[in-house]
Amino acid sequence: MLSIDHLTKHFGGLPALNDVSFDCPAGRITTLIGPNGAGKSTLINCVTGVLVPDKGSVRLEGTEIGREPSYRIPYHGIARTFQNLALFPRLSVLENVLSGLTVEAETGFLKSIFRPPATRNHERRLRLKAMEMLDRFVLAGKADWPVGELSYGDRKRVEMARALVSGPRILFLDEPVAGLNAEESAAIGEEICRLRNLGLTILLVEHDMDLVMAVSDGIVVLDSGELIAQGSPEEIRHNPKVIEAYLGRMSVTA
Amino acid sequence: MSAKDKILYFIWLHRTGLTVGALGLVLGFYPLFQDNPYFLGISNLIGIYLIVTIGLNLFIGYAGQISLGHAGFVALGAYGSAILTADLGWNPWLALIIVALLVGLAALLVGIPTLRLSGHYLAMATLGFNIVIYTILIQWDKITGGPSGFAGIPPLSVFGMPIDDELRFHYVIWPLAIIFLTLALNLVRSGLGLGLAALAQNETAASALGIKVSRAKIQVFVLSAVLASVGGSLFAHCFTFVNPHSFSIFTSLELVTMVVIGGLGSVWGSLFGTALIVLMPEYLEFFETYKDIIHGLILVVVLTVFPQGLISGLRDMARLKILQRRDIAQH
Repeated sequence: MLSIDHLTKHFGGLPALNDVSFDCPAGRITTLIGPNGAGKSTLINCVTGVLVPDKGSVRLEGTEIGREPSYRIPYHGIARTFQNLALFPRLSVLENVLSGLTVEAETGFLKSIFRPPATRNHERRLRLKAMEMLDRFVLAGKADWPVGELSYGDRKRVEMARALVSGPRILFLDEPVAGLNAEESAAIGEEICRLRNLGLTILLVEHDMDLVMAVSDGIVVLDSGELIAQGSPEEIRHNPKVIEAYLGRMSVTA
Repeated sequence: MSAKDKILYFIWLHRTGLTVGALGLVLGFYPLFQDNPYFLGISNLIGIYLIVTIGLNLFIGYAGQISLGHAGFVALGAYGSAILTADLGWNPWLALIIVALLVGLAALLVGIPTLRLSGHYLAMATLGFNIVIYTILIQWDKITGGPSGFAGIPPLSVFGMPIDDELRFHYVIWPLAIIFLTLALNLVRSGLGLGLAALAQNETAASALGIKVSRAKIQVFVLSAVLASVGGSLFAHCFTFVNPHSFSIFTSLELVTMVVIGGLGSVWGSLFGTALIVLMPEYLEFFETYKDIIHGLILVVVLTVFPQGLISGLRDMARLKILQRRDIAQH
């Protein structure tokens, strides 16, 4: 579905990603792991148009998207969440989720200032769609709350709802359970599996190994910008290179 | 639902339209109760400034940008209309529209490079723009009349009737101001308005959702410049005389003060802020002398208590109180 080929990105001579290639098969959860500074965020940023890769390509069903600007990416049916929440704190929960429907919204200037009945109806439909998504994430009671007033767990769910409301084909989740308690993490884990079962292709970046081992179909391991291993959770668990990258380093710093 | 609930729901659903309607009614009958041309002149001035601040609020309050140079666009509108009507004999309405389009084009050319900047840099760049325009108005005296100003601008006319007194001008300026107010209220409730509010709070996220951030900023900048130009044209025809000092950087600061005090991201806040700043010198005599000090003081106090401005701050506070009460009632 999504194939990453020989992706390379340098920051002033320092390689952040070096010749990384892997595939995210359709309808599967592919998880990207690696120690801090391994290049996971750089990879996500290259795939979502925030950064332009130096070399290599990102192809979505054969279409090159690696050099498209960030605002074009959602039009390919790709949605994402961010590592440190990127919500609009002064907007309400409903408005935040509505913003996830930007690709479907009426953005013509004249229609926006005159708001003919067709535009109003369209806006109403979008609002209903957003409300349905709030229901699914048990946020409907908070629809009118400014996001800035919500708890961290609620905000994480708002971000998930915003990413999913447009019905994307591919979802990038950048550390979706960071900072959540065990119960909340488990709920997000279940939601991720449910989404996969609905047919979504998911690229997950996560540090929480319990979650990674529980939900992943395939795991890709990065270390210092290099791809050092890929395979099933079972293979990765016993891969000596991975153990060295993680445990070796951990035992030094511990 | 009881009849009372139905009525309340109807009012809530159509609150914006009803408020606009009520404002229209009040202003429509205002001259019947207040026929003193001096006071009508003041409310006309509020209407002119309002057209400018509505646009500026879209740019500063909704899109989260800053401009300390909008008096420059007002000046272009005013002098553009003055030159086309007084020197070249154009119809004032035609001149107003053509000048507004040209100013929009100028804003596009200014905006493309400057809107790559943000924060202090954008403030400085727009301030610079204002200073350039002001200097041109002073120096190019063959065309602009220089420091002594441009006199003899013809008044507007509607169906051959000259709009040459305060009462007539009242019935021209306020319908226009209310139309622009309504269009702005529509815009901020649309998907486009949501996009502006989104990019103001997090550009990366807005972009990832499909909002073309740089284009949206330029669009709203051009729109605000067009409104500033319309305000400037009306200003010129209202007073039939313009002078560069009306369009210095201090006017720009005054416009920003109106927007900020009323409320960032509140179209109604613009009305309140504009009225407050125009009316204050009329009622406080010492205000005129210490105008800049008092402006600064108000700005500091309001922003300390309500960083989003008075109307927006109070609105957000009330909204949160209601939500909290509803939440407690449910549990």
